[in-house]
Amino acid sequence: MSQKNNIGTWIGFAAILVWCLLPVVWIISLSFKSVDETASGSPQFLPKDPTLDNYRDILSNGDFLAALRNSFGIALIATFLAVVFATLAAYAIARLEFKGKRLVLSLALAIAMFPVVSLVGPLFDMWRTFGLFNTWPGLIIPYMSFTLPLAIWTLSAFFREIPWEMEQAAQVDGATSWQAFRKVIVPLAAPGVFTAAILTFFFAWNEFVLAISLTSTTGSRTVPAQLSYFVGPDPFNPPYGQLATASVVVTVPIIVIVLLFQRKIVAGLTSGAVKG
Amino acid sequence: MTTTLSRPPADTKVPAAESDRSKAENRLGQKLVAPAVVLMLLVTAYPMMQALYLSLFNYRLTAPDDREFVGLGNYGTVLTDSLFWQDMWNTVLIMVVTVAVELVIGFAFAMVMHRVIFARGVIRTSILIPYGIITVVSAFAWQFAFSLNNGFVNSWVPFIEDNFNWFGDHWPAMFAIMVSEIWKTTPFMALLLLAGLSQVSEDMLEAAKVDGATWWQRLWKVILPNMRAAIMVAVLFRALDAYRIFDNIFVMTRGAQETESVSFLTYRQVIEQVQLGVGSALSVLLFLSVLLLAWLIIKLFRVDLAQARGEG
Repeated sequence: MSQKNNIGTWIGFAAILVWCLLPVVWIISLSFKSVDETASGSPQFLPKDPTLDNYRDILSNGDFLAALRNSFGIALIATFLAVVFATLAAYAIARLEFKGKRLVLSLALAIAMFPVVSLVGPLFDMWRTFGLFNTWPGLIIPYMSFTLPLAIWTLSAFFREIPWEMEQAAQVDGATSWQAFRKVIVPLAAPGVFTAAILTFFFAWNEFVLAISLTSTTGSRTVPAQLSYFVGPDPFNPPYGQLATASVVVTVPIIVIVLLFQRKIVAGLTSGAVKG
Repeated sequence: MTTTLSRPPADTKVPAAESDRSKAENRLGQKLVAPAVVLMLLVTAYPMMQALYLSLFNYRLTAPDDREFVGLGNYGTVLTDSLFWQDMWNTVLIMVVTVAVELVIGFAFAMVMHRVIFARGVIRTSILIPYGIITVVSAFAWQFAFSLNNGFVNSWVPFIEDNFNWFGDHWPAMFAIMVSEIWKTTPFMALLLLAGLSQVSEDMLEAAKVDGATWWQRLWKVILPNMRAAIMVAVLFRALDAYRIFDNIFVMTRGAQETESVSFLTYRQVIEQVQLGVGSALSVLLFLSVLLLAWLIIKLFRVDLAQARGEG
């Protein structure tokens, strides 16, 4: 099927690039503006006198580095655990017949639509009682719960596509069941598991409501929460450049992941949603 | 916690003589999903019960001894307060406008991505950046773009005076919030619609073309009806997501200029005012309204969730 790329498509292509990248270029540009420039007002897009001062300040800002550490730690642990539990559940949903399968899927759907803010009050209360307030597990546990639905859908969609009879074929050919699992099933399932992990990581990296409600110090505050508190000494004149710089720094991991795995992420996002 | 997890009720009739193998399969399946189910319920169902209970009390965290049972009093307080209805109106307005705009722009993006045969990696990468970026970062980027002293919007957009303060009035502030929301979430919409678009049969389109259908007719009579399921799923997910809007408002206005959403109001009552009673009543109302909204969308648009879950 040859589709001609006419002028309209070219314009559309350019429009998508501008739409997606303009705000990103804007915060990058802002991150190179000096404090003097933003304090006196600088409505032009590009910096007059580019400087690396903001990067020097941000990368030596203890609070920001602590938040970065918390974000990475919490997001990675939550991702790992959520994907392990989701893999077990998705395997059962894709391969086994058991009572309550539809109930599990409906529950996952309901949780995906759950208004997180509704939980802020009771979780705040519960976590203070259990000593989980302002701790890593205090955020990891809810992040796992809220990413499980997406991970379960994505994985069960992937697992349904796996030709499971190959496992038996390998065993007939003389492989032990462990070998059949490791050499045949793991390589087939790995891309799906990996995709679910990326989507889960994005969620945990982005989450804001619980991050500001269930933390109180830099001991467990994650980057989005830290950014929102980062107003500097003068609340009427926020440190534009430094906030932009911090924004750029936390966007770098996202851009790296997207550059490396764009095909997988698109497949994962759409697999659970529209495959008939 | 396992004691509270009742066995899911069987929705199909059990065959008279169940073989040992299917019994074992049944048990294994339930064991494998149990950890995920327990985790999902632990953080949602139990706290929600707690919220339901607390909503019946006049309870402020700073004065725990004054806690008293007020029945449905908190709900009365909330539902007769004009602030609640103002915030509800804002929330619904943001939801309707952003989803409608995203649907149109997202569909246009999907059409372009469907037709582009060059640089597919480039376009996929760019479209995933807004999707992956932290909402708080998006909010800052747009807040600065609309900023009076340091933003480029005033000087770039014609008919806008250079000293126009976007965050000084209700409608401009709402507009800025919606721009950030739309920018960040249109890619998600576009990708879901692209997947739906790729399932529309090329043969059918070709046949319509041969029969003399115009581009507009092909769009409305062939393409859109055939990707109904994808559109509905995208609308359902985005509408429920937009209804919970919080991050953008928190960063860009903190609810100033009457831009508060229901989620933000709930947060403020619980965390800032530590009014756990009224806050819990708001939590319950928010939860019920999301349920109602999901039910309405599923019923009105007859969203096929079996297909959404890939069971079709």
